[in-house]
Amino acid sequence: MIDRRVQAPDRFRRFSTLNFVLIVALAAILLTSMEQVAPSPKQLADGLPGMANLVGRMLPPNTEPDFLARIAVRMVETFQIALVGAAIGIALSLPIAWCAARGVSPLGRGNVLVKAAISFLRTVPDLVWALIFVASIGLGAVAGTMTIMVDTIGFCGRFFAEAMEDAEKEPQEALAAIGANRPSILIGAILPDIMPSLINSSLFALEKAVRSSVVLGLVGAGGIGQELKVAFDLFQYRNASMIILAIFVIVLLMEVCTDKLRARLQ
Amino acid sequence: MQVLERTTTSAPEGRAADVAPLIVARGLTKAYDTRATVLQGIDLEIQEGERVALIGANGSGKSTLLKSLIGLHSISDGTLSCFGHPVGPEAGRAQRLRMRRQTGFVFQKHCLVRRRSVLSNVIHGLFGEPGSWRAFSHSLAPLEWRNRAMQALADVDLEHKALHRADALSGGQQQRVAIARAIVRRPRLLIADEPAASLDPLSGHNVMELFTHLCRTQGITLIYTSHDMAHAMDYADRIVALKRGKVFFDRPVTKVAPADLKDTFDD
Repeated sequence: MIDRRVQAPDRFRRFSTLNFVLIVALAAILLTSMEQVAPSPKQLADGLPGMANLVGRMLPPNTEPDFLARIAVRMVETFQIALVGAAIGIALSLPIAWCAARGVSPLGRGNVLVKAAISFLRTVPDLVWALIFVASIGLGAVAGTMTIMVDTIGFCGRFFAEAMEDAEKEPQEALAAIGANRPSILIGAILPDIMPSLINSSLFALEKAVRSSVVLGLVGAGGIGQELKVAFDLFQYRNASMIILAIFVIVLLMEVCTDKLRARLQ
Repeated sequence: MQVLERTTTSAPEGRAADVAPLIVARGLTKAYDTRATVLQGIDLEIQEGERVALIGANGSGKSTLLKSLIGLHSISDGTLSCFGHPVGPEAGRAQRLRMRRQTGFVFQKHCLVRRRSVLSNVIHGLFGEPGSWRAFSHSLAPLEWRNRAMQALADVDLEHKALHRADALSGGQQQRVAIARAIVRRPRLLIADEPAASLDPLSGHNVMELFTHLCRTQGITLIYTSHDMAHAMDYADRIVALKRGKVFFDRPVTKVAPADLKDTFDD
């Protein structure tokens, strides 16, 4: 055994001057922003009576059978928008993600263009997409479904592509070595390897689609959001509170179902 | 052990002396950048039906040479042909795929798709055949492919594990599945990169015996790398030793002396 003294390394890496300057700058931006846009204690105190008044006018929620039947129909429509939009979006995301994935894409370096397109779909908020589709297709559920579809492609396209890039390389090389072409490598080695990740992302996309679809109605793209907007516009706060409760229940149910599915699949 | 009989290629004993070599490399050089030259001017000829062991220290270029032979690694200089067709940059993608479809490749790490069944993994060996999307799963594959895959599994004594998940098998069994995947297409050339490295001595011996059996009965040409000199001496017709990216010696097993082997691994 070699007899020489060794020292333990420093517990923390030393701060470079650049890192220190960056942290100070970030803190300055945060504090300045807080001063300009964060609520002050006075504003919060002044707003409380108004909030209490609104909550009081919302209670008790409207439970008239006719109204409940109407929002049940709207909830079903909301769920349909989410389900169909997410399903089509997930299906389209697979080939798009394949084209976008680095080292896997049949387009070679052209994958960056597809990646940029996916980023664009993701960057534009869903309400903006809804406005675009309402303006082009017209009011109603179809515009909502298109919005969810595009939003899902932006979400799943990115995660599917990342999963494909991270897929195990050895089985891909093994299939390439015996003459498999790119589509064969995709279906034979990549998809089976990333299937749990695909299912996970798809379930998150479905959850997200349900949450998004409830607000699309605010801009006329169908679903329960339309009822919510009408309720607030006409100061029917008891109706609004019932709709908010219904939205809470369906989103919660969706989360419980997808959580259980995820746990089962893993 | 049952074996698929080849119909198109004769066994090595029946080979005519003037048949063109299966693989010809002239001045083959592979460099990853200007400072890292892995293979330098390799000259090599391998006849159909031969069993060739590639030996050498870690980093001597064995795996790179194997992968270069079928175009998995592009070569930097020299010429290389396999099955009478060029493998280098001048070969188109379609030609490379055609050439690989006559080849079986067994990797050291098995490289199976872990989540799929053993049978599906073996059927994956038929990707590249017409309608090969059906090789995705044994459930979708044509009956003839399923039968061929079961026969290949029987060749490696694993037909009883056909519906088990690949990652549920031991290392030795996974290696045999990888061999079944390589032979299901009845290749002319079988390349194995340290096929016994992750196996215990008995499993390693069995795998090498299986290779020998397949070569003798189906006329397959075998090129394999090994760090086990007993495997190189016992199961090859010829040994090619690589040292620092160059051919150190290339001679029949009967003419290899223990000192040659020692010199191969000495600095």
